[in-house]
Amino acid sequence: MATLLIRGGRVVDPSQDIDRIDDVLVRDGQVVSIGHAGAQPIGKADETIDAGGLIVAPGLIDMHVHLREPGREEDETIESGTRAALAGGFTSVACIPNTEPPIDTQAAVEFIHQKAARADTCNVFVVACVSRNREGKELAEIGQLVEAGAVAFSDDGAPVYDAELMRRAFEYCRMFDKPILAHEEVLELSRGGVMHEGLVSLVLGLTGMPAAAEEVMIGRDIALSEVTGGRLHAMHVSTAGGVALIREAKKRGARVTAEACPHHFTLTDESLRGFDSNFKMSPPLRTQADVEAIIEGLVDGTIDCIATDHAPHAREKKMLELDRAPFGILGLETAVGLCVTRLVATGRLGWPRLIEALSTLPAKILGINRGTLRPGAVADITLIDPHLSWRVDVQSFRSKSVNSPFDGWTLQGRAVATIVGGRVKHRLS
Amino acid sequence: MATTTLDQQTVPQQWGHRHLLDLERLTPVEIRTLLDTATLFKQATDGCRRKLTVLGGTTVVTLFFENSTRTKTSFSLAARRLGADVIDFSASSSSLSKGESFIDTAKNLEAMGIDAVVVRHVTPGTPHLLAQHLSVGVINAGDGPHEHPTQGLLDIFSIRERLGDLAGVTVGLVGDIAHSRTARSNLWGLVKLGAKVIVCGPPTLVSDRWRELGVEVSHDLDAIVPRCDVLNLLRIQFERQNTRPFPSVREYAHLYAMTRERLKRAKKDLLILAPGPINRGVEVTAEVADCPQSLILGQVANGLAVRMAVLWLTCGPRHPDSAGAAAAGSHPHARMC
Repeated sequence: MATLLIRGGRVVDPSQDIDRIDDVLVRDGQVVSIGHAGAQPIGKADETIDAGGLIVAPGLIDMHVHLREPGREEDETIESGTRAALAGGFTSVACIPNTEPPIDTQAAVEFIHQKAARADTCNVFVVACVSRNREGKELAEIGQLVEAGAVAFSDDGAPVYDAELMRRAFEYCRMFDKPILAHEEVLELSRGGVMHEGLVSLVLGLTGMPAAAEEVMIGRDIALSEVTGGRLHAMHVSTAGGVALIREAKKRGARVTAEACPHHFTLTDESLRGFDSNFKMSPPLRTQADVEAIIEGLVDGTIDCIATDHAPHAREKKMLELDRAPFGILGLETAVGLCVTRLVATGRLGWPRLIEALSTLPAKILGINRGTLRPGAVADITLIDPHLSWRVDVQSFRSKSVNSPFDGWTLQGRAVATIVGGRVKHRLS
Repeated sequence: MATTTLDQQTVPQQWGHRHLLDLERLTPVEIRTLLDTATLFKQATDGCRRKLTVLGGTTVVTLFFENSTRTKTSFSLAARRLGADVIDFSASSSSLSKGESFIDTAKNLEAMGIDAVVVRHVTPGTPHLLAQHLSVGVINAGDGPHEHPTQGLLDIFSIRERLGDLAGVTVGLVGDIAHSRTARSNLWGLVKLGAKVIVCGPPTLVSDRWRELGVEVSHDLDAIVPRCDVLNLLRIQFERQNTRPFPSVREYAHLYAMTRERLKRAKKDLLILAPGPINRGVEVTAEVADCPQSLILGQVANGLAVRMAVLWLTCGPRHPDSAGAAAAGSHPHARMC
């Protein structure tokens, strides 16, 4: 029976309200115990990791990742994307189904599972399409997709535009208790846009995407969720108005959760002044007031979790004029550094809340048996050096693409070991 | 000033750039240097008619990804007046239509040993990207709705020729401010030289946000006409909008066209500019476009002087230990990449 002892780290497990220096023992891929309180003595293990000075957390979960396979393997594959996840400290990712073809059948879900098994990297949970062929016209076979293992439903990349279809999706998903992950955008308002509509877009002469494009759709989806009792998860919330709408909805008891992306609490539309398409993403980078509101939302729990919206694009596609370049930014390998630098080192978030946002709550929202170090749980564990200062180098990324605006940035905090099912899958050399 | 003197001159030390990308990031001193140099060239060429040799041996490429007749012709003529060789590169006939990226195209041109690229593109920031990727001088001849620095300079040059110092002069920019690169370049240049700027048009084309840049916002042309020393009438850029920003051209002209009636309420010596192409009957009526106060054709002639100045300042000989030589390649954008 293979045992792994993680000794002397700061164990942060919000699912059990644990935050203390202790040991974690793993046997045969499962967590046995934390500390000496258990019946078995800790001391002899097949492998021991000295975690002194490190954070020992339940494995991080990124619930918004574009792995691009099938169809756009030049941007990313399931193997390269999950290797990037491991390097960034993520033991699980949820992959978004806007592939070519989209993930809207049992066979497509099975394909992802097989590819992920072959890659033998991190866990891949499948988000399947809300609508057949992601066309927004009729529901995909949601029941069969659930049977195949889909954990949530999304037409991300685009909103579910037909309000009646969205209403039906909420109603139908209720019977499986699955959330709809919603891309919140009124397309008419953001048409032709390349960045946030504000003073900077005005000065640069670039077509803007107003905050209202996101807020109006969040408002619609909250109303539809409340009228149906369906579960809404608002993806990549980027506006102060969106945060406020979700806060109010939660107060009313609506079944609403939300995520924010590291770039949306790190950068603003000022970044576009250099006309660099690495700063072009959807939703766009907003203003400092929006950044503040998102951080405030993370602090008070209005925004439940942090997800990266990892969106790889091959270099030749991204190195175009701003209006021709695609939206999207890499996220997996910089997320922990940005979270620690922008949220923890600044005193805005404590470690327990950060781990809750990166592991406990994504697991809860997706209904997956992860995000905890309880005895008997799958031993997905991430070790983070909270003080390690490191320089981002896109050339060293595991991802097939390099579209990150953080190249050359110095960040604090980095995953130093990623353990999946009790096996050390990544160690920072 | 005699041509022989100009031949021996180096670029003034106040000018530190190898590119002209926008007016937003230039200092008032740099803008004045540009305008003074344009005056110099206008005089040295007897009103832009005589040919000089100050850029002999220099090759300038006009790289226009968007249709243009007047700006391209003006740049070509300005370069030839200075003795430079000019190559017109028509983007539509190039490999761009075969899928090559604009950066690859420009790098190919650079490899042929050129000295400067005059670029027009439908996308804001494209000249800035070229400046990052190329080692030759880049001159922005209009990047989408962002800036058109030589148009802004020639408008200001024309005003300065008539009125002298711009401090305290009130200039109304009227029309499609939202989509106008000319408006943006005018605005920055005028504000930096101390003029008071009013932007005027319907709220769908004139955002209240312009106030944050220190200019006045008006939606009532009749109210501002009597206060203006200069009116610059900007074309409606129908090609750049998703939906029409006003109910009809008829209604727009009723509210915002510069007509003889409105001219009657203006100051007697009001100057009227229009960057063109002008739409007679939309932003200006024919009798106003052709009235004595109109500088419209004078603007075109001054365009040559301004473009000669810009080409010389970006490509001309630098004093060995000037700030310009040291600062080559150190434009703010280059640092940002």
